[in-house]
Amino acid sequence: MKINVTDQAGDVHELEGLEGWRVMEVIRDWGLNIKAECGGALSCATCHCYVDSDWLDAVGAPSEEEEDMLDSVGDVKSNSRLSCQILCSDELDGLKLTLAPSAAKD
Amino acid sequence: MNDTTVNTNGAGEVVETDVVIVGAGPVGLFAVFELGLLDIRCALVDILDKPGGQCAELYPEKPIYDIPAFPVVTGQQLTDNLMAQIAPFSPEFHFSRMVNSIEKLEDGSFKLTTDADETFFTKVVVIAAGGGSFQPKRPPVPGIEAFENKSVFYAVRRMEDFRDQDVVIVGGGDSALDWTLNLAPIVRTLTLVHRRDAFKAAPASVNKMRELVADGKVNFQLGQIAKLDGENGMINHVHLTTEAGDLSIPATRLLPFFGLTMKLGPVADWGLELNDNTIVVDTEKFETSVPGIFAIGDINHYPGKLKLILSGFHEAALMAQAAKSIVSPGERVVFQYTTSSTKLQKKLGVA
Repeated sequence: MKINVTDQAGDVHELEGLEGWRVMEVIRDWGLNIKAECGGALSCATCHCYVDSDWLDAVGAPSEEEEDMLDSVGDVKSNSRLSCQILCSDELDGLKLTLAPSAAKD
Repeated sequence: MNDTTVNTNGAGEVVETDVVIVGAGPVGLFAVFELGLLDIRCALVDILDKPGGQCAELYPEKPIYDIPAFPVVTGQQLTDNLMAQIAPFSPEFHFSRMVNSIEKLEDGSFKLTTDADETFFTKVVVIAAGGGSFQPKRPPVPGIEAFENKSVFYAVRRMEDFRDQDVVIVGGGDSALDWTLNLAPIVRTLTLVHRRDAFKAAPASVNKMRELVADGKVNFQLGQIAKLDGENGMINHVHLTTEAGDLSIPATRLLPFFGLTMKLGPVADWGLELNDNTIVVDTEKFETSVPGIFAIGDINHYPGKLKLILSGFHEAALMAQAAKSIVSPGERVVFQYTTSSTKLQKKLGVA
């Protein structure tokens, strides 16, 4: 499956995702600008992304714990998600998302 | 923390020791054990107010599954166990401070200074600083740096600085709620800003805050901080993005509470060879490009490096052997097992 990620500079990257991987892990492994400092433990919000409106239904709503973590960034929108909480699957082949400014490394 | 010393003196203090460990996360703590078996005294410095590093700050309640012999252990349990394991060596802890500078002296030893104005003289430095030092997360507001520590603060050091001010507090956690409650009686106006009408804070605090709002003593505003107006470091308005559009609130003090994030910090200025914000080391001694300074755990880099706690433990053991030859030059080091060596068992207080 493939995911399309727009980085903070506006560049679009088509990344190969593996079934069962977290979208955050794919983005990190491809070397994009994502801090992801807790490593996927749902303990920070530094893998924050905006899901393209066409994909919101397929991705689903954030959990309550994820909403709590989103409180720790100041650029939340209605389509905000933490990319460590989205699992790659065939249903999400072609997923489009944009990295939030708050996901950037220092 | 029975047998450990927590140092709270700070300013002006001079500490002499064998090894200063920068960072009291799991790897820094285990280094105390490995060094302790070799009779090496340690002092630890950490920016947090408690041991455990990421394990204690980021995920104290999260289960970890890849610590050898622990099918599952939480970050806090791991920290507590390490503290118990190193207690026989009575390490000296210096919490809530950051090492600002490291200077190599003529005799090859080191002088370290902290932001609490302490000085350490030590034979060896071990950097076990993980992802860097935890710092308050800065909200994404252009130009906010110019106002920091003048009218924008990430912590309340002196409540008097907020008396009779127009204060805006941003956030939905315990810090935001606690300071809303504590500052409300002394400020001129107080506005709490949060992106949603739900809080991850003690329910009692949330209830008290709602009472203050109902009494007209605190304003609660849904929204996110977008822009600051002001001059010479002093804000005069905070602009918010809200569902109804932009909103400008008169304000003379801003307290954003978005939690902590890790930054490499002063480590970058210590003259060590770096690779993408990590410190380059060899894989025999885990020594940096400066002899006598070692780096272990997530902060180091070498071919094949994995950022795993267990890798950091291994690195600590090998580092300790090399550190011993610096601390006690010429002394023959006999490799011993804790299962069989009475000498080691005496050090651990079990024989």
